[in-house]
This record gives sequence, structure tokens and C-alpha cells, in this order.
Amino acid sequence: MPLLKQGKLIEDPWIHIPDEVAIPASGPAIISLIRWRAERDALVEREDPLGVRLTADQTAGEVADDLDHLDLIALAFPVYTDGRAYSNARRLRERYGFKGELRAIGNVLRDQYLFMQRCGFDTLEVKEGETEEDWRHAVGAISVAYQPATDDSTTEPAQSLRQRRQAASFKMTASG
Amino acid sequence: MYRYDEIDRELVNERVEQFRDQVARRLSGELSEDEFKPLRLMNGLYLQLHAYMLRIAIPYGVISSPQLRKLAHIARTYDRGYGHFTTRQCLQLNWPKLEEVPDILTELAEVDMHAIQTSGNSIRNTTADQYGGAAADEIDDSRIWAEIIRQWSTLHPEFSFLPRKFKIAVTASPGDRAAIRFHDIGIIMRHGVDGELGFEIMVGGGQGRTPMIAQTIREFVPQRHLLSYIEAILRIYNLMGRRDNKYKARIKILVHSLGVAELKTLVEDEWELIKDGPLELPADEIERIRSHFAPPALETLPADSPELAASRAADKDFALWVDTNTAAHKQPGYAIVNLSLKPEDGAPGDLTSDQMDAVADLAETYSFDEIRAAHEQNLVFAHVKQSELHELWVELRELGLATPNIGLISDIIACPGLDYCALANARSIPVAQRINKRFADLNRQHDLGELRLKISGCINACGHHHVGHIGILGVDRKGEEYYQITLGGSPSDDAAIGTIIGPSFSSDAVVDAVEIIVETYVELRQDGERFLDTFRRLGLEPFKQKLYGGAVDAAA
Repeated sequence: MPLLKQGKLIEDPWIHIPDEVAIPASGPAIISLIRWRAERDALVEREDPLGVRLTADQTAGEVADDLDHLDLIALAFPVYTDGRAYSNARRLRERYGFKGELRAIGNVLRDQYLFMQRCGFDTLEVKEGETEEDWRHAVGAISVAYQPATDDSTTEPAQSLRQRRQAASFKMTASG
Repeated sequence: MYRYDEIDRELVNERVEQFRDQVARRLSGELSEDEFKPLRLMNGLYLQLHAYMLRIAIPYGVISSPQLRKLAHIARTYDRGYGHFTTRQCLQLNWPKLEEVPDILTELAEVDMHAIQTSGNSIRNTTADQYGGAAADEIDDSRIWAEIIRQWSTLHPEFSFLPRKFKIAVTASPGDRAAIRFHDIGIIMRHGVDGELGFEIMVGGGQGRTPMIAQTIREFVPQRHLLSYIEAILRIYNLMGRRDNKYKARIKILVHSLGVAELKTLVEDEWELIKDGPLELPADEIERIRSHFAPPALETLPADSPELAASRAADKDFALWVDTNTAAHKQPGYAIVNLSLKPEDGAPGDLTSDQMDAVADLAETYSFDEIRAAHEQNLVFAHVKQSELHELWVELRELGLATPNIGLISDIIACPGLDYCALANARSIPVAQRINKRFADLNRQHDLGELRLKISGCINACGHHHVGHIGILGVDRKGEEYYQITLGGSPSDDAAIGTIIGPSFSSDAVVDAVEIIVETYVELRQDGERFLDTFRRLGLEPFKQKLYGGAVDAAA
């Protein structure tokens, strides 16, 4: 599956490990929360990057105490109208201070890129055929934000809750 | 009213272009109807029984004369020359063509209007007291806070895919005119213990198939924390609201299953963490928004206008209209005027393009270029000099907008029903029209006094039947349109949900049934009692007896 990282389509260095498959000794791997819990003691010793994927009904709070051991958290959109992952993403970033990679998986459509970016996602597993141009178009489509969110919650106290977003989205693409 | 600046305008224009692209992708087949549906719904575009329907937002019901002229133009050019005002202070066009909707949105954007979040599982158009800024009984201008919420909720990145739609209403008057207790969040302005102005927050109200009255989740939230408090509510709802069954997905179901105390614990745990963050409302921002709602240049006038007194004495019809269709203004010498969109033969809430143009002109002359849409599907001129009421009345009468029936039995709320709506079981508009005809005698209507009659064509309750003093619900009985009657509902500060009186009636019989109920009230009322008071004193039984006699079981 193509991976969009900060506006660039890249080769995904991570692999998803299904529950019934052995976790490779090396290389970045994403496992389920159940797997993580079951094998936590062994996995904290693993040297290579490890990520956990949460289903839509698993909450940010369920990994809050494990964030030091995780380099990536993948949040699922089983259908793109299921918006729970937006709240879990914001909680991971803003409440629990997760600094690793936050990835959107599942039914990820370009009409949601902007919202995902604003809620703290930095990588998206996207449909075949989507282009970087689609990403830029979707994220740049609306340049005004009427409310603070994850993407700008670290700025100085605002004079107004409204703001133009260009600076933020350029920053994203430039640093990608 | 709130005037857009460059930033506001930029967002709306960009949203139009974004939607134009989405429509192009749908028309080219790149997007399936299933994929397009949630996208079009985020822009107020429904697929109805016969055609698309576009719902245009009128934030908290406030619209300027130029904006109304634009709506007239759009209805004339892209639709069939009329629009329908809804119970959520929006305007619906019933016959737009999909390929023309982007152009309609472009035209709307030219006058700072849009259809953003008038549908879909998002935070909907924020509604408020239609008398905001004018009402004699208000403690603040509810429009200021509705606008702040409108801005915060617009394209909210976290809350655009909620379990279900989410409606917020605001009032700053003790006499609630915005039905806030039947919203997902209802906000009432209150003074705190030290006199500070803030908000009581209610949660979990709604109608539909499971009607519930909102409960207070917090007695007092200071102004600066308004947005963080409602963001905390929305976050808990987004995470915990049911998504497995759309009929159990509204926040009222969550409130019911958790209990308001448990929900409060969850919400306030979240709120504690975010209340002092970037959502804290800066005083400058409140002032910026407030400055948009500065009162117009009202004159200092005597409290009682001699011109008004003379006109009243000279013309009984005019006096009746003043008594029925105007309300007290906070400024001496002024009045709030209701324009009735419930003429005897019309569809409740409908206005033609020609009427819209004429109303816009009258608002320019008499009420500072500004019009309000009320949730009862009427229009309001908020600031009219009492001395000019007679002139205005003459003009409104010519337009068919001066029926003196505000709050009376013919001031019916009705949904579009089976004439338009894909969800309906039965027609609403023809029933409203037949009731209007039956009670056409204005003397009789006035003798009956305040009587809120509301009609929904299906259980979704868009016509607010649950909160009608008399509510009528269209049901399907073996392929035939039948109507179930409820009594005793109220949308206001004495909120109540109506009780079903008994077996439903055929379309032919329902108007007779209403008349029997009304006549029973007339027989039983004591001095000064409204219909609702009599019902509350005596309950359902006497009405049931008159309506069904001993035949209740047989008819069931």
C-alpha cells in the first residue's frame, strides 16, 4: 500500500505483522494491541522500531503507558465516516505527548487528508493511484482554520481563534 | 450582524472550489454515489424523493437584505421560484440540479453565505433566539455566542465524522424561543454567583424516534471556557457515541445509557486538561465578535407611540395584528415584528422569490436591512419603530405576510413530508392546509389562544410533533397515510414531550379529531387557561373520552 509521509509518496519501511505470523527479529514492525500486550515483556527488549495498530474502538488511553516503547501508532478508519481516530490522534499528541509516527490506516480518502493532518497524523496509507499532487491539493484546499487543533496547539496564545494555515501546511511539505 | 472579512471569505470560497472538484469527480464517475454521499452531505446536499435538495445555512437565523435578494435570485434562476424555511433557521431549495450546485454555492459565497454543515454527521448550523439583540427579556445577545460557536465548529477537523448529526442552540432569555432543551447541546446564558455572565450547558435533548429533554451537565461555565467545555463534550461523544445503529447514535442515547452524572465526570476530566489551552477564548476575540452585533442606530423615543395608539384605535384588524405578531423590544418606541409564513393556503415556511425580494426591500426601509428566520418557520424584523408599524402592516398584508396568527393554531410547524421527502410516511403540508381552512375564522383562532400545533410526516420528527401542544405524526398503515396525535408537548422553558392520545386517524378523519380536541378544551378551560394549561390540569382522559368514546379498544 502506498504511504504518504508529509506530502511525499515513499516506500513504506514498516511492515504490518498479522497476529498469526511471527514477529521478525529485525526491521520496523507494526503489530496489534493484543499482540503487544501478550508479548510486551519480550518486545520491549527488541531493538528495531516497533509500532502498534489500534482498531477504531481501542482508545489512546490503552497505550498511554506504553508510549516510551513505541515508535509508531497506527489508528484505523474501518470506514471513513468513522471519526473516532481523529479524537484518539489528538489525545495521543496533546494529552499523552506522543512524539512518534502517527499513521492513518484503513479507508483513507483524500477528502480527509486535511482533517487528519490537523489532528496530528503524519503518515497515511493511501489508495493505489493517489498522487502527491492530490495530497497537496487536498491539504491546501482550505487555508483558513477557525479553531486550534493538534497542528497548531503549540503556538503562542492566540489573539483570535481564526488563523490562516498556509504557513503550517508549507512547513509540513517543506520538512517532508 | 457578523460581517465577513477576508479570512472568512477565503474559507467559503475555498470550500466552494473544493466542492466543485468533488462534484466533478462524481459526474466523471471517479467517485461512486456511496463515496460522494458523505461529501455532498457536508455541503447540505440531499437526494430526496424527486430531486436533490440543497439546505442553505442562515447562521442563527440572521440574514441581510442583500443576502435575501440573492436567495430570491438563486431560487428563481436555479430552482422553481421559492424556498422553504426550516425549523433550524435554514433555507431549503427543493429542485436544484447537481451540476449547478457549485454555481449556486459560488453565488452564495458572493454574499458571504454557504451550505457548510447543514447536513451530515457534523456539528450543524448553530441556532439561536430569533429575537437576539432586540428582546426585552434577554440578558445578553445570543447571536454573539452562536457566532463564536459557528466559527469554532466550521470544518472542525476532529468532529466532521461524528456518530450522528449534532445540533447546538443558544438562548440568552429566560423565555426560551430556540427550543434549546431539544438540542444535543442547549446553552442558556446565566449570571454566575458573583454576577459574571456565563452559560448553563444542557446536553442530550432531541426529538426523532426517541424524544428526550436535555439535562443540565454544568450549571455555570465562564465565557472564556465555553468552547473548551463543548469541545470536551464533543470529544467524549465522538469516542463513545454508538456507531452500530444510527437510531441509537445521537448523544441523547449516550446520556441515557451513562446517566448525566457519569457523562459529566468523563467530560470534565477531559475539560480540566484542555480548558486553559489554546481554546480559551481571548477577551479580544469576544470583543471583536461582539462589535459586529453592536445595536443599530436606534432613536430615543417615547415608550408609547402616539401614532401607534391612533392607528390601533382606528383599525381593529391592525390592532389584532399588533397584539398577535409583534413582541416587546428592549428599546422604548420599538417593536419586534413577526412575518407570518403561514397563510391560509400556503405551505408552512415557504416564500416565493418575489416575496423574498419584497421582504428584503421592507427590511431595508423598516428594520436596518436585516431579517431573522425563526425556528417556527416565520420571519422577523427585529427593530421596527412603533410609529411605522401601520405602514409596514399595510405592505406586509399586500404580500400575504401579515396573517395575525403567530402562536395560534394555524401557526403550524410542518416538515416537507411525503410531498418532497424520501423518509416520509405521510404528507404534512396538505394536513396543515386543511387544518388552516377548518380554523380559518380568525376570531375563533384568537378565542382559542396560544396553541402550538406541529406536524411531522415521519418518526424523524422534523416537524417537531413531540413538542406540539397538539402534535401530529404521519404513519404508514398498510400503505395508507394515517396520523397519530399527541397532546401536551412544549418546546420552551416548560419543556415537555407530548403523550399519544390513542389510535391513529385516517387523513380524512384527522382534522375532525383536532377539532374535537380543541372543542373539548373550550368546554373545559378555566379563566385564562391556555390549551396546554388545561391539558396539564386534566390530563389526557377527558380528551380521549371525547375523541374515542368507549371505542378506543375497537379502533386500535
